[in-house]
Amino acid sequence: MTTTTPTAGAATGTTGGPAVALRDVSKRYAGERGVLALDGISLDAAPGEFVCLVGASGCGKSTLLNLVSGLDRPTSGTVTVQGDPAFMFQEHALFPWLSALDNVAMPLRLDGVGRRERTLRAREHLAAVHLEEFADRRPHELSGGMRQRVALARTLATKAPVLLMDEPFGALDAMTRDLLHDELESIWRERRLTVLFVTHNVREAVRLGDRVVLLTSRPGRVAAQYPVEIARPRRIEDPDVAALAGEITAELRQEVARHGR
Amino acid sequence: MAVDTEADLRRQELRGLDRLDSTRTRRPLVRRLWDATWPKVAALALALAGWQALAATGWKAEAGFGGPGPVLRELWAALTDEYAGNGLPTVWDAIRVTMTRGVVGFLLATVVGLLLGVAVSQSKILRAAIGSLITGLQTMPSIAWFPLALLLFGIDESAIVFVILIGSVPSIANGVISGVDYVPPLLVRAGRNLGAGRVGLYRHVIVPAALPSIVSGLKQGWAFSWRSLLAGELLVAIANRPSLGQFLQASRETSDTNYMIALMIIVLAIGIVVDVVFNAFDNRLRRRRGVAPQP
Repeated sequence: MTTTTPTAGAATGTTGGPAVALRDVSKRYAGERGVLALDGISLDAAPGEFVCLVGASGCGKSTLLNLVSGLDRPTSGTVTVQGDPAFMFQEHALFPWLSALDNVAMPLRLDGVGRRERTLRAREHLAAVHLEEFADRRPHELSGGMRQRVALARTLATKAPVLLMDEPFGALDAMTRDLLHDELESIWRERRLTVLFVTHNVREAVRLGDRVVLLTSRPGRVAAQYPVEIARPRRIEDPDVAALAGEITAELRQEVARHGR
Repeated sequence: MAVDTEADLRRQELRGLDRLDSTRTRRPLVRRLWDATWPKVAALALALAGWQALAATGWKAEAGFGGPGPVLRELWAALTDEYAGNGLPTVWDAIRVTMTRGVVGFLLATVVGLLLGVAVSQSKILRAAIGSLITGLQTMPSIAWFPLALLLFGIDESAIVFVILIGSVPSIANGVISGVDYVPPLLVRAGRNLGAGRVGLYRHVIVPAALPSIVSGLKQGWAFSWRSLLAGELLVAIANRPSLGQFLQASRETSDTNYMIALMIIVLAIGIVVDVVFNAFDNRLRRRRGVAPQP
């Protein structure tokens, strides 16, 4: 991913400045009356920043992540990312024929790292998500939360500085999700990752983010941004988290109601 | 473990959830073997009893149809070479010839089928051109090819191998094609995002993901090979090449019904043994992926 075009495209750089920068990005899907998914989005994420994107259906959240990951190209505007970002999906996307360890080792294997070295490193990444004792289990032998942690360990193994997460905890029960918030937060802090985290859950966004970006729907635009100045570690049930989440939710509801008129 | 801090408590909670959530149960080997065996034994006993009852009614006795007793004696005699010694080929010679043809034909079909499958799954043009032809060929009874094969190759091994190929290549190719078609797109996306290039994607994502379908294509391919082969052997008698098909044909000519049924049992048994091997492989694949019930 090293192409730079003045009007449309994605660029990779390692100099200072934001880890992810979107400049006036629009995306229209093919066809004469193609859907305008994103309309003039400008958004930065500083290195080490945790940015949460919330919005109703049709706000183009997934489109936005695809553009940042390089899986898709913008119709206009520029997307600049430092390094190749790693993607974590709502479904774990683990390879069902490989053990947890071999799944985590896959990016290293694709990178040509030798067996001993990659096993060693994969074990470390598994330990980071506290699953070292389940290294030889296959995905179907693990719970949903454990699979997402293996998937997280696998993205960590790519050494990508930018982590794109598309509702990764959406399908988990509340207790598991709370624990995974803690896990993700501590890994993010230790490794100084830049995270773009898409979610439907406003409380989750406030619990995790340095900043919450509210997107409008059809087309997706930045409606408002909320810096989250609540001290970490936070709990999802903290009153401050609930208060800010309430404020953002009220705004989100207005945006949804606009489509009902 | 003492609980000192909030973080420790959280870690303990997490570990507790993990242990509660993950299960791994597999019954002991003896139990599994027993569970797999007794229904087969029971079914076999029932079938033999039914056969015996049918024979006892005297049905088709004039055609030489007898009970399991004489047939099994005949089978035993054949397998222990009781009839050997007068210079005639034994049933083992026939099994050897037939199996060699089967294995050679199947291996050739595997090579051709895999290559064809990969080519069609890769090329839109090829798929449009011959995709449905492959499925069409699969439905065509392979015995319908024999007259042509005999014209082209004469009464020769190559006629038989040709028909085996025609019969089993489509199944094997279709296994590859549908396997590749049904690779979950999410896994392909994940593979790309983890840094897989075209070759890496094939080696580490697409081939392993398509493997169960490839194996079931091979299994079906073998079944078609075996059928085509026996059909061919009935039609194509090559001098000095005793085969199971020829033995069957000969026993019809001598109206030796018991011996004929004994031969048919051998044909069936070989088919079952090969199927068991394929199934063992298939079950292992599926178990590793968590899509097979624990046996």
